[in-house]
Amino acid sequence: MAGATLTPSAERTEVRPKGAKATGRAPRHGQRWIGWLFAAPAIAVYTVFVLAPMVQTVRYSFYQWDGIGSSPWVGFANYVRVFTDPELVGTIVHAFELIVFFSGIPVLLGLAIAATIRRIATSRLAAVARAVLFIPQVIPLVAAGIAWTWLLSSDGLVNQLLSAIGLGGVTRAWLGDFATALPAVGVIGAWVLLGLCTLLLLAGMSKIDPALYEAGRLDGAGPLREFFSITVPNLRQEIGVCVTVTVIAALASFDIIYIATQGGPGNTTMVPGLEIYYRAFVERQVGVASALGVVLVVLVLVCVLPIQRLTREES
Amino acid sequence: MPRHSRYRRSAIGIVVLTAALAAACGGPGSSSTQSADAGAVLTQKPTCGTDPVTLSGYFETGFPMTKALTDEFSKQFPNVKWDIREDQFAVITQNAPRMLADDPPDLMRLPQVSELVKDNLLRNLDGYAGVFGWNSWPASQLEQLRMKPGGGARGAGSLFAMGLNFSITGVFYNKTLAARIGMTTPPATLVEFDAALAKAKQAGITPIVQFNGGATGGFAFPLQNLMAAYGQPGPINDWIFQKPGATIDTPPNQKAAQHLQDWIKAGYFTADANAMDYAKMMSEFQAGGGLFMFNGDWESGNLDKQMAGKVGFFPLPTEQGGKVVTMSAPLTVGIAAKAKHADCAAFFLNWVATNADARRIAVQVGGSHPMGPADAPMPQIEQGTVTAATLAAGARIAQDNGAMDFIANATGSIYAKSWTPQLQKLFAGQQTPQGLLQSVQSDYKTQVGS
Repeated sequence: MAGATLTPSAERTEVRPKGAKATGRAPRHGQRWIGWLFAAPAIAVYTVFVLAPMVQTVRYSFYQWDGIGSSPWVGFANYVRVFTDPELVGTIVHAFELIVFFSGIPVLLGLAIAATIRRIATSRLAAVARAVLFIPQVIPLVAAGIAWTWLLSSDGLVNQLLSAIGLGGVTRAWLGDFATALPAVGVIGAWVLLGLCTLLLLAGMSKIDPALYEAGRLDGAGPLREFFSITVPNLRQEIGVCVTVTVIAALASFDIIYIATQGGPGNTTMVPGLEIYYRAFVERQVGVASALGVVLVVLVLVCVLPIQRLTREES
Repeated sequence: MPRHSRYRRSAIGIVVLTAALAAACGGPGSSSTQSADAGAVLTQKPTCGTDPVTLSGYFETGFPMTKALTDEFSKQFPNVKWDIREDQFAVITQNAPRMLADDPPDLMRLPQVSELVKDNLLRNLDGYAGVFGWNSWPASQLEQLRMKPGGGARGAGSLFAMGLNFSITGVFYNKTLAARIGMTTPPATLVEFDAALAKAKQAGITPIVQFNGGATGGFAFPLQNLMAAYGQPGPINDWIFQKPGATIDTPPNQKAAQHLQDWIKAGYFTADANAMDYAKMMSEFQAGGGLFMFNGDWESGNLDKQMAGKVGFFPLPTEQGGKVVTMSAPLTVGIAAKAKHADCAAFFLNWVATNADARRIAVQVGGSHPMGPADAPMPQIEQGTVTAATLAAGARIAQDNGAMDFIANATGSIYAKSWTPQLQKLFAGQQTPQGLLQSVQSDYKTQVGS
């Protein structure tokens, strides 16, 4: 039976390269196998480097393991810990607070900036503005993080400026203060992601039919009305992409925080990505780290999938 | 429709497969058997022989001493070559178990050993200790590296690692700034030290430059020095070594934490201590940004170079003065359980502690006291340098038996996850001295229990 089903397909794959002489039905089936063949290297790599580690992570999350020694099965205990240990829950709360800075500011500000740049599109200033805004994407995050820690230190540029304009009273070590550390890290993230969002939105705006704007203007619409009635609705998809990318960046943030605060002071900037790293490699609690990793993936999906649906449906 | 259901089916398939995989294969990792390695009994001192040998080493970046030692060793024993890999200490700490299990080096710079011993990753050195006579050295030198094979409390039992030298911690001071407040000799009691702090504050000098940012709370240095000033090293060591029933929340330690809070409230520390990392503290101190700094003698050589003649060192004095107690730890190096050239590696470790040239390197390049017998010859050091001051303090501590391990070494995560956030909270006024000790103790209990 197995031979019977195999032989025809093998024949078909041989027929296929000879091209035109094949019958109408045969190449369609053969094509599928050829397709798999071409995809095989990619599938193999994907399986080994993405799928297998994911399955492993799920597997580890059910054990209490230090990475080397024996590992008793603990069922869902690691997951229970993720949702009951105040420190672990705290990291998830911080990640959601970061969404305000990583998504809210870049998307809103990016819209405003992109609209402004579009209006002055032909001037040299627009090109300069685009380049300046995109620079944070080009600079390695580690370098950016270090530069920001200097800017935000107690005798850094931010505090010097504040003192210069008579606001010496509010100066502080921004990254070392319990109240301001998380917002300060958020500002760094916003700075990094603003350029990306602006560029994406600008690209989207260039696709909008100029006739729409002209029609709007003939009907007496001002710049604000144009923005809300033409620009924003037409950018639905681009905004969707921006929000998706930035929300993922917020929930899975690691590098900026690792450089700027390492989770301190007093855990105020600890996020899931950093916590996973500490648990797995410093505390050697591979099980708990894996469980938190799985929870983080689920959280990202839960946040991102509705955004995808919302922005796609009406287009 | 059919397309849809096929996707759904394969999705379900993947989930089922994953679950099956997860359940079917047993837990990851090797099932640990209790180690029977009691350290082979040796009758002869091992050597590196005469055949060519290549010793593999995994050491810490930024410490020229290991390079100087291995070069000197090859000069004296030309048949020995080295294959050395270097990393930051944090990287070594994270990779230690994996490295020792998968790619065991002959010699490796180690973090705290207890978890490595529990996983049977380190060679038991008792046989070497017996034949080389390491057991007759001052006991406090090797105490921290002793453990029962297979795990348990540290501080006694088999020897699982050695030191290349041993460091001590205390207070560095800027002599120029000290002269401005009329301090010509190191304070002899805690009260005198407090007076110096107050004078500096009045004179507009930052009394203490101390890092407390990121994942390493540097306030653990003054805190533990204060603990030693109010109490005995014994109970603190018991706690660090995980002896049953040990607690950090003791009356003397409460006094110490209270004293630290008094310093914080008096504004003796730099205002941005919670945002300051180790490197920034060093550059601030070297730029004359403060009078005192709590740190260790691994900086002696550096400070002698950068601020020649301008820096002094003293162990923090106790309440009434007298006996000197401070944190002291060997620069820990171990031999992997599966090392290929364990005998030669052990011979090297013994050579480091006993050979005159090696001891000179330990002091001149490493800046710290060499390991070895109490009466071993000490290399000449120029008087008036920081290195001379730290060496003298090291000798004092050995005499007073006043060495204790660092409170950050009690468990693998107690520093990053308990001391650091709690000390940062104390500095920010969000934690009380009592609360600090209680929180750390409760974290300690869960970590030791698990």
